[in-house]
Amino acid sequence: MNKLLAIAGGALGIYIVIVLLVAVIPAIELSQAPAGPGVTALTPLQDEGRQVYAANGCGYCHTQQVRPLDEDKPFGRPSAPGDFAFQTPELLGSERTGPDLTNVGNSKPSDVWQYIHLYDPRAVEPESIMPNFKFLFDVVPVVPPGETAVPVPEAFAPKNGKVIPTLQAKALVSYLLSLKQSPIPGFSTAVAMGTATAATPPAATPAPAPTGYAYDAAKGQSLFTANCAACHQASGQGIPGAFPSLIGNTAVDDADPTLHIQTVLHGAHGVVVGGVKYNSAMPPFSGQLSDTDIADIVNFERSAWGNHAKPVNAADVAAIRAKGN
Amino acid sequence: MGLPTLWRRNPESTGRVAKIQHPLGSALAGPAQSHADDRALASVFVAYTASATFWLIFATAVGLLLAFKFGAPDFWAAKYLTFGRLRPIHTNDTFYGFASIALVGLAYYVAARSCGTSLYSTALAWAGLALFNIAAIAGTIALDLGYNWGDLEYREWPWPIRLIFLAALLVTGWNLIATVARRSADDIYLSNWYTIGGVLWTCIIAIVAVLPWYQYGLGQVAISGYYMHNAVGMWFTPLALGVFYYAIPKILSRPIYSYALGVLAFWTNLLFYPLLGAHHFLFSPLPWWLQTVAIVFSVAMLVPVWGGSANYLLTMRGHQHDMIHSYPLMFIFVGVIGYLVGSTQGTVEAFRSMQAIWHFSNFTVGHSHLTMYGFVSFAVWGGIYALLPLATGKSPGRLGIALHFWMALVGSFIYVISLSVGGTVQGMDWVDGKPFIQSVVDMQPYYVWRGVGGLLMFLSHVVFAWNVWRMTRGQAGNAASPILPPVGEVAA
Ligand code: HEC
Ligand code: HEC
Repeated sequence: MNKLLAIAGGALGIYIVIVLLVAVIPAIELSQAPAGPGVTALTPLQDEGRQVYAANGCGYCHTQQVRPLDEDKPFGRPSAPGDFAFQTPELLGSERTGPDLTNVGNSKPSDVWQYIHLYDPRAVEPESIMPNFKFLFDVVPVVPPGETAVPVPEAFAPKNGKVIPTLQAKALVSYLLSLKQSPIPGFSTAVAMGTATAATPPAATPAPAPTGYAYDAAKGQSLFTANCAACHQASGQGIPGAFPSLIGNTAVDDADPTLHIQTVLHGAHGVVVGGVKYNSAMPPFSGQLSDTDIADIVNFERSAWGNHAKPVNAADVAAIRAKGN
Repeated sequence: MGLPTLWRRNPESTGRVAKIQHPLGSALAGPAQSHADDRALASVFVAYTASATFWLIFATAVGLLLAFKFGAPDFWAAKYLTFGRLRPIHTNDTFYGFASIALVGLAYYVAARSCGTSLYSTALAWAGLALFNIAAIAGTIALDLGYNWGDLEYREWPWPIRLIFLAALLVTGWNLIATVARRSADDIYLSNWYTIGGVLWTCIIAIVAVLPWYQYGLGQVAISGYYMHNAVGMWFTPLALGVFYYAIPKILSRPIYSYALGVLAFWTNLLFYPLLGAHHFLFSPLPWWLQTVAIVFSVAMLVPVWGGSANYLLTMRGHQHDMIHSYPLMFIFVGVIGYLVGSTQGTVEAFRSMQAIWHFSNFTVGHSHLTMYGFVSFAVWGGIYALLPLATGKSPGRLGIALHFWMALVGSFIYVISLSVGGTVQGMDWVDGKPFIQSVVDMQPYYVWRGVGGLLMFLSHVVFAWNVWRMTRGQAGNAASPILPPVGEVAA
């Protein structure tokens, strides 16, 4: 009997001590970590959305933690302890089948985009393997008053009826849009949030490209894919009613690049393009993209899909940036 | 010296221990055992195995569907069949349905046989089985309805259900300890150290994971890191090692190479393993010291892992030839190799430079299948094929075992290789700063190969179910005993 007691009791006792030391005591301390500056609790609707997120296992394909590594820069600044103050249960996740969502409220601030994407990810990202969440939407013959139909592209829309989000979808999207890292004083957020190339020089670098006509076409396309294609589509055609086409667009295919550059730097909202008023928002990129990056993207757009507009250079972007919003 | 020196700890104790702990078990068992006890033990073992087999088939059918969804994301995307609800059903049911129930069934059999006694309480064993199943059924339903406790891996079941699982553990621990307490020898055979230790530790794990007071924000991240890893390494690992310590000597009719090494591995595993959990959260905002401790002890784990594996392999040394005759031994051999390779890979993965590429990628999924499948599942199957026929007197056909073995081996090989290579490609895409979607596109062919491997694995489980049927309901005595004759007695 004694031997049994020694083995079982010893093994149990040692284990309890170790667990207290490496798990429970650190956890007690970490549980009290104060909220970081600007980190606030979720609203009831956002909180409900968080539960929809967990219930449907979004966390198995998406992380919500940015590591202090170059490869993570597209997702934002490194996560800090204060970011997690109101996050119980934690949703840090362990797999990136899809991108990190820590900052998705900044990079995809348009609720319309989020709805279309949830309804059918392939409608905005043809290569996506994210499941559709059509069960979070209703298809109705007539849009009830107070509701707005989701402008799902025709090829993906139901044959009859309009798509409207359920309460769960609304909660989920309001949660997704709340996912924004708060800036930490003294920490540069100029690192590319949403950009593909982590190694891009910061915005302050003096503009190279003296000739003004040569630009890095491959980089321009890759930056476009990473930052713009989600809404304007790789084809440049956008999504009717939600995101304008950039082909023959008056801001893009125009000799004067001012509006084009301004839109990319400062975003846009409620603009009328080709007679259609767009209510979904276009996010500003001045914080994430350097002048050279923006020049590359803009030049790509001005020369792709049959557009033929005068190229710009980084100095043009810098000049418009200097004027401010 | 002939036979009965088998499991003695040191030569002096021959007379005392060997009689009771003779590997041929019941034949020399103490007076505590009767035929009725034998039958009771056999039916407990059979019921646990049958239950586990059901969960294996169910959970891996779900797994196969999940693998398919990576290529066809719109297939069965309805609410109750959506990827994110089925995924935790797959992991929890393989863990807590299949592997846990199978290992507890084996632990009971090994405890009773190695102690030469009957189970302390058959009723408790049945109660435990009922509780395990209730937890798994309720957990499956809850997850499908969307009651997921925050996508916290392997503890997604709502807390009341996890308390049911804890109750099952407590019942099991009580029953195992009380059974070992009835042994007539002074020594406790190594297997029982591991199984009793495993059950007790897991009770602590379950309690720590369920109490809410220190699980806010980052505090919960610390517990997740601890939990994910300890639930694997302090539960499945010791129970599976317990099977090795019993089944290998039993099949080969020779003692374990070094008892002392087994004891060393036991204590070092206990000291090192619990410390490495945070390595799942390297580069996270968890305190840097906690992450560094995790890395250091991931390296220290090489002591029990290599020590343990060497012990098993040295016991098998000189018996390569016998493996051809004994599929149970083949299963166990693969299990030992899976343990060695999987755990060593875990150590390598824990380095920060490696994590920078592999973390968050499919490499991790490959790793968990190498360990949970290549090690734990093969250990379970080896144990069942070696021991269940002894309990029931019925054997599966050789063809059935062979089919199971080769499909499971080839399938898991394809699975692990494709995800390891694919995960590396995925990680390199990220390091190279390509648009994220590129990593999704690049994974496609590897997802297809994973599906092929998964299909073979699933088919092998169907064959396993058939084999279990033959070992329980089939005709008696239709194949040779899984136990090999001792060396020297083999006809030249
Ligand atoms: C099977 C894995 C999987 C699941 C489950 C999943 N996603 Fe995704 N998700 C992806 C992939 C892959 C992408 C990248 C392609 C794309 O944009 O669709 C993505 C992209 C996204 C994006 C765009 C992020 C960005 O920065 O472009 C959002 C937002 C998103 N998912 C939200 C969700 C939500 C909310 C859920 C749960 C309701 C969810 N996802 C479930 C795989 C998944
Ligand atoms: C979240 C979706 C979204 C993303 C990402 C996005 N846009 Fe837009 N973009 C819009 C919307 C919506 C409009 C229409 C303006 C409005 O909101 O009223 C627009 C308008 C524009 C216009 C001006 C059209 C006009 O005629 O005034 C340009 C040029 C443009 N986007 C370029 C870009 C570039 C370059 C990028 C990448 C750096 C980008 N967009 C990323 C949604 C997006």
